[in-house]
Amino acid sequence: MCLAVPGKVVRLKDLDMADVEIGGVETEVGLQLVSDVKVDEYVLVHAGYAINKIDEEGAKEMMELFKEIGELDEIAKLREDDEIS
Amino acid sequence: MRYLSEYRDPTIAKKLIEDIKRLSKKPVKFMEVCGTHTVSISKNGIRQVLPENISLLSGPGCPVCVTANGDIDKAIAIAEAPDVIFTTFGDMMKVPGSYSSLAGKRADGADVRIVYSTLDALKIAKNNPDKKVVFFAVGFETTAPTIALSILEAHRQGIKNYFIYSVHKLVPPAMAALLNLGEVKLDGFICPGHVSVIIGSKPYEFIARDYKISCVIAGFEPIDILQSIYMLVSQVENGEAKVEIGYKRGVSFLGNTKAQEVMEEVFRPCDADWRGIGVIPESGLALSNNFKGFDAVEIFDIDVPPTREPVGCSCGEILRGVKLPYDCKLFGKACTPENPAGPCMVSTEGSCAAYYRYGESS
Ligand code: SF4
Repeated sequence: MCLAVPGKVVRLKDLDMADVEIGGVETEVGLQLVSDVKVDEYVLVHAGYAINKIDEEGAKEMMELFKEIGELDEIAKLREDDEIS
Repeated sequence: MRYLSEYRDPTIAKKLIEDIKRLSKKPVKFMEVCGTHTVSISKNGIRQVLPENISLLSGPGCPVCVTANGDIDKAIAIAEAPDVIFTTFGDMMKVPGSYSSLAGKRADGADVRIVYSTLDALKIAKNNPDKKVVFFAVGFETTAPTIALSILEAHRQGIKNYFIYSVHKLVPPAMAALLNLGEVKLDGFICPGHVSVIIGSKPYEFIARDYKISCVIAGFEPIDILQSIYMLVSQVENGEAKVEIGYKRGVSFLGNTKAQEVMEEVFRPCDADWRGIGVIPESGLALSNNFKGFDAVEIFDIDVPPTREPVGCSCGEILRGVKLPYDCKLFGKACTPENPAGPCMVSTEGSCAAYYRYGESS
């Protein structure tokens, strides 16, 4: 449950939000817990918020790992299951 | 389970295993306090590649599993209250309480919704102003700051129908509680990676200093875990006990101070009930006085019948490191991921689920 996944910042938005690409899917992520994040940088995302910045090499290594253990699919699926209305 | 040759970097892994074997003389017990590590260890067959004198125990590292039955019962009672939309991370849905689960109540008609983040729960609150929207705040230090932000955001936007039911837990006090119990004689902790991204390595210092137990914060790749075991073994063999970071990509001494500030603003430490361990002082988080208005405990009159533990389930002992999943007589028989008897088999990060999925046996 403490899983955090790496993502690449695609677009900065109002109110400290950003679109972040995680495993090929763009997700809206809160940047309130990190400082000075720029487009194309990598962040570690947990429960909808970036909890840390990470370097590109670290991010790529982690993406490989999560792809292997299927976590990224699981997260994409979670998003689909999301029951907001 | 995977074999060494399937690791992404089998040469480095092989070298690390050889180094561990060469260095490790004493019989040692290390405990990992992170469900994601438990999964990675089982999946990568790490127990099997280590020399026999090193045993790895899984501790109270899965927030879903350590949530006490009584707290799940209370969450269910809130979900059943009139005009409530109960929101939760998906992991909590199927966890059995004493009499039912959130999934069971949903099937009976309660409005229980799975969300991926508190951002979604807040949206639901905004879209449904005539309902009380409650979020089940489960998780360790990794998750708590994200929940804290939702409270600050609800406060800022004047959202009055958003509440949380907090059963948040803190990892270092639980590690100390296990050592105080003295049931298992541990030589070292493999400390959680993403909890430590937030809290840093500093909060583990007292464990090394006061209890003389080695602590290494580990990443999640098999190589990272092997490396952390190597670091623990060298500390033990040298008669040292200190805190080291084996996950430099994400963790620093002080951690994410911004996240800590948010957490401190919104929450205060409180006693918390852990499954299998009982109440540990100052090991949980409750809303601080300024934000009491968002606390579901203040709003709802929660009255639940006495709790009942699942019969024959050894989750409590497993979470304390006293038993391993295959020591439970229900494991793989009356208890499987399809038909779980206890939380450690429900949660994907639970020890029983990990052992079962990757075929670990005694
Ligand atoms: S195998 Fe099932 S019944 Fe046994 S301890 Fe694990 S979760 Fe509980």
